[in-house]
Amino acid sequence: MSDDGGVPRIAVVDYGAGNLVSIDQALSQVGARVTVARDADGLRDADALIVPGVGAAGPAMARLDGRGLTEPIRAWIAADRPFLGICLGLQLLFERSDEDGATTLGVIPGRAVRLDGAPTLPHIGWNQVDRRREHPLFDGIRDGADAYFVHSYAGAPEPSVADELVLATTDHGARFVSAVARGSMLGVQFHPERSGDDGLRLLANFVTIVRRAPTAALWAA
Amino acid sequence: MLCRRVIPCLDVADGRVVKGTRFIDLVDEGDPPELAERYAREGADEIVFLDIGAAPERRGTLLDIVERTARRAFIPLTVGGGVRSVPEMRDVLRAGADKVSLNTAAVADPALIDACAARFGQQAVVVAIDARRTGTGSWEVVVEGGRTATGLDAVTWAEQAVERGAGELLVTSIDRDGTGSGFDTVLLRAIADRVLVPVIASGGAAGPADFVAAVRDGGADAVLAASIFHRRVHSIAAVKVAMAAAGLPVRRTPGMAA
Repeated sequence: MSDDGGVPRIAVVDYGAGNLVSIDQALSQVGARVTVARDADGLRDADALIVPGVGAAGPAMARLDGRGLTEPIRAWIAADRPFLGICLGLQLLFERSDEDGATTLGVIPGRAVRLDGAPTLPHIGWNQVDRRREHPLFDGIRDGADAYFVHSYAGAPEPSVADELVLATTDHGARFVSAVARGSMLGVQFHPERSGDDGLRLLANFVTIVRRAPTAALWAA
Repeated sequence: MLCRRVIPCLDVADGRVVKGTRFIDLVDEGDPPELAERYAREGADEIVFLDIGAAPERRGTLLDIVERTARRAFIPLTVGGGVRSVPEMRDVLRAGADKVSLNTAAVADPALIDACAARFGQQAVVVAIDARRTGTGSWEVVVEGGRTATGLDAVTWAEQAVERGAGELLVTSIDRDGTGSGFDTVLLRAIADRVLVPVIASGGAAGPADFVAAVRDGGADAVLAASIFHRRVHSIAAVKVAMAAAGLPVRRTPGMAA
């Protein structure tokens, strides 16, 4: 790791909306050191990157662009460095969002679509995360465990990539993708930092994945 | 399937949790972060803080409470009471809240709902509606803790609030609040049938059967209560056991039989 005996440093991207206290506290509690990244400099020396966030895609992309973070995030994922997108942070990985027509990061083929046939919208509350395949991100977490969701849109990957990409789905009127993985790029539609003990377990699993990944020093070399 | 939420509400005044009957005769019931953590441990699906204090320094006190709570309880936190502007909402979210509930300020200036939803997203904006029955089979919106009538029809206001960007409605029956006579399921149903967003039922809980009725008869997505939890009259687990027995989906909680 970058320093102090194996405590991974995780950069959490702050682009001006919402609550970073919970994610900071949750990651600290499971053994990571958190730095808040407000620009590209904030990613330096980080072992992993988390893009959290709620709200609409268009304003979020505008803020990432304004802070010079869009290209560094794309490059980070292209290099297969450890990455976790949470909620909007997962939706931004797709090519665009139906919510406001925003062009998003485009690292996953597909787009964010409104939840179809949902009995209530936004989808707010605890719902089951049903796994499609096993992954270290879910070690020690029961299949079908409840997690906390707050959203109206979800990423819909192109069918050609869905099988290899989708880790879990959830039902709210219809099935939507609630977790993805491709190499070191991970994403969850729910909020692990607000999902009680199972959420903390998932973040601890992410920290373990980061520990096993090549270090920031190696990437810099 | 989406679980029906059970939400303890902590009315906060000047740094302490209080509960009064119909918003008067306040009784001190504890430290907000400590109570919030206890509820998270006992299976609360979410916590709501309503700041009903009046002290000049209340804003700073509230932000401190929100941050201490967010660092102890890893479940969602909604904060209401006295938020009147986009910058005030930003401060509360940055302190660690996930949602902010707007009440009196939204009635006075409905465009505040649009502005907050545009800035933070619809999912972060809860509009709280305090409703009182009129003699004619409808409900009137009241504000300032139930002291001031507005002349607004509660169902109409609910629809307008959602059109403007409310992501959730917290509907309190002022007639029932603090009385233990059950939720006003007719009011809840009148609103839930008109909006797509989740409706949180509030005001009147006495026992587990009331929670079941709020969901089954009232169409509520979540049910909120204060004193029955603070005074340990009923546990969150007992409420969820009753809801599960009635066939309602709930998140499993410590203390529920497997």
